Amino acid sequence: MQIYRAHVLVCCGTGCSSNKSEEVLRELEKQLQENQLQHEVKVVRTGCLGLCQNGPNIVVYPEGTMYSMVKVEDVEEIVSEHLLKGRIVKRLLYGEPEAEGIRSVDEVDFFKRQKRIALRNCGIINPENIDEYIAFDGYKALVKVLTEMKPADVIDLLKKSQLRGRGGAGFPTGLKWEFAAKAESEQKYVCCNADEGDPGAFMDRSILEGDPHSIVEAMAIAGYAIGADKGFIYIRAEYPIAVKRLRLAIEQAKEYGLLGENILNTGFNFDLEIRLGAGAFVCGEETALLTSIEGKRGEPRPRPPFPAVKGLWGQPTLLNNVETYANVPPIILNGPEWFTQIGTEKSKGTKVFAVGGKINNTGLVEIPMGTTLREVIYDIGGGIPNGKKFKAAQTGGPSGGCIPASHIDTPIDYDTLVELGSMMGSGGMIIMDEDTCMVDIARFFLEFTVDESCGKCPPCRIGTKRMLEILNKITAGKGEEGDIEKLESLAKNIKAAALCGLGQTAPNPVLSTLRYFRDEYEAHVREKKCPAGSCKALLDYVIDAEICRSCGLCAKECPVGAIEGERKKGPFVIIQEKCIKCGTCIEKCPFEAISKK
Amino acid sequence: MKSIAELEEIRKKTLEEIGLRKNKDGYRIVVGMATCGIAAGARPVMQAFVEELKKRNLHDVQVTMTGCIGVCRLEPIVEVISPDGSKVTYVEMTPEKAVRVVAEHIVNGRVCRDLTIGEAEGVK
Repeated sequence: MQIYRAHVLVCCGTGCSSNKSEEVLRELEKQLQENQLQHEVKVVRTGCLGLCQNGPNIVVYPEGTMYSMVKVEDVEEIVSEHLLKGRIVKRLLYGEPEAEGIRSVDEVDFFKRQKRIALRNCGIINPENIDEYIAFDGYKALVKVLTEMKPADVIDLLKKSQLRGRGGAGFPTGLKWEFAAKAESEQKYVCCNADEGDPGAFMDRSILEGDPHSIVEAMAIAGYAIGADKGFIYIRAEYPIAVKRLRLAIEQAKEYGLLGENILNTGFNFDLEIRLGAGAFVCGEETALLTSIEGKRGEPRPRPPFPAVKGLWGQPTLLNNVETYANVPPIILNGPEWFTQIGTEKSKGTKVFAVGGKINNTGLVEIPMGTTLREVIYDIGGGIPNGKKFKAAQTGGPSGGCIPASHIDTPIDYDTLVELGSMMGSGGMIIMDEDTCMVDIARFFLEFTVDESCGKCPPCRIGTKRMLEILNKITAGKGEEGDIEKLESLAKNIKAAALCGLGQTAPNPVLSTLRYFRDEYEAHVREKKCPAGSCKALLDYVIDAEICRSCGLCAKECPVGAIEGERKKGPFVIIQEKCIKCGTCIEKCPFEAISKK
Repeated sequence: MKSIAELEEIRKKTLEEIGLRKNKDGYRIVVGMATCGIAAGARPVMQAFVEELKKRNLHDVQVTMTGCIGVCRLEPIVEVISPDGSKVTYVEMTPEKAVRVVAEHIVNGRVCRDLTIGEAEGVK
């Protein structure tokens, strides 16, 4: 067996891959060969570390040194300095603004405050190697379940752990498993919802890319618990790396006899198949997803009957989200008491969030339930760029809502978010600063749902479209008295009448922004002003006559010739009728004489 | 198909291979690997440490590298840092001496006095 003195882990998740981490990896292998270090230093592909903003990320063990934004040209220095001579390349270290010379991943604030359960192996193991998963206690939970526990014990354990569905609604997972177990049928199914569709959300993708075996293992456990021998993973085709690694994981598990017939000689059979989604948002809704697996057009149907009673091909079906499954093996190994110690009274464990928007550390974080928004934004996220003020956080994607700055100290869990008019959702979190217009945000999410509405029920198909039209009108400066009230009444009716979760929650972004930022809506409608200075139609670009030094740069750069004046002869003026509000003049003015009003 | 015992076997074997990614709370062996160290033969010394630790199944000992500490004439230099933070500096190391350090210092907690910097420089 070859022993290595150092391991270099290169993140090959989607984020880092798109920043050429594959090329960095190849260069690393080449350089190691050239320096004859290939037998001393091992290069490993791994999953997402979470700091996608700083990709490609590389961690060198045993020191745990984290390098970020590594370019192909930097590889030579890492090899010759760090791997050959043991001198850390300081300029490439991942650095937090205030802390200098952080040498190990464990010392970084971004990681220190996280608690990684679902992401336990991401960025540590090679996801394409089943042996590495096994080394870090992989498939141990499956062995335990098959050899020491009855199906009822598994469900009992899960109920005690109080794990709730991580897909958004937060239904108790143990209860769901129990319903599926109690349903009587010759054939049952276990399904995994990996159709992650919320804009800006990539938690499930990262788990599948970084630790695909954890899902395979958990689904086999679920199969044993409810009495199913067949499972489907429904994953969107837009996740090619995740699909590839999942396929590989299933093949490897079959080879090892961890999937298939008579698993580990226990007499238990379980097989997994992958189904690719074609990118329709509605297929993340459970009934639509199951219809799509059956090969039909992905449209929802009324519930009840719930899938646990009548799901795939009319048979009892258990459907859980990726992150929910990822939590199952550690709960079985460590016991429900371990899990219930983490989190708040009614929301146990951790939650993974994909944090994006106006924040310094865009990326993936896993935090214990009950962590406050302030900790996520300032301690883990590194604050808002350019010293801007935090305005609101959007959670739950197109089904969720906004949490305003006044609630920044609220502990995040399922119930507090609902109280605030938002929801946990699958884990997308978009941070907004003072320059974000809340009406425009609501419009953005509504545009998304209008686009993705499957069209089966009129409240969603027609109602959301009408709402979007009103919002477009308001942001274009053509809002009228009564528009806000119309929005509210439409929202209430759609919520009450739509067929599936997508339609029922579609008005949430509008309702929650109305709840906290009604004054912004009113300013748009009555004063035809956008307080955040974001809605183009409501802004005028103005040159301050006192600051203007009449250099003429703005006039030269203006693409439509809307700025008039003569060089060195008094201030320039923007002709509002011609101005297309592109913002070029603001960027070009060396004296900051131009502003939006 | 694998049996449960085989699975456990894979787990142990792979953990040995990738165990250096886990946190260690035992001894830390730091080998000086600057140009001077490498020229004096630090690389085989480090390899000897890694192999000896593996042979003895000492998984909580970490072997890392460092730069030049300034006494290049005494290279290869190896520092052994115990869990309580105290440090012993060995000088003019060879692969054979490395094996001895593992056996006496790491396993039995007895410092190899004759190999330390104090001995080499005649400091009592």
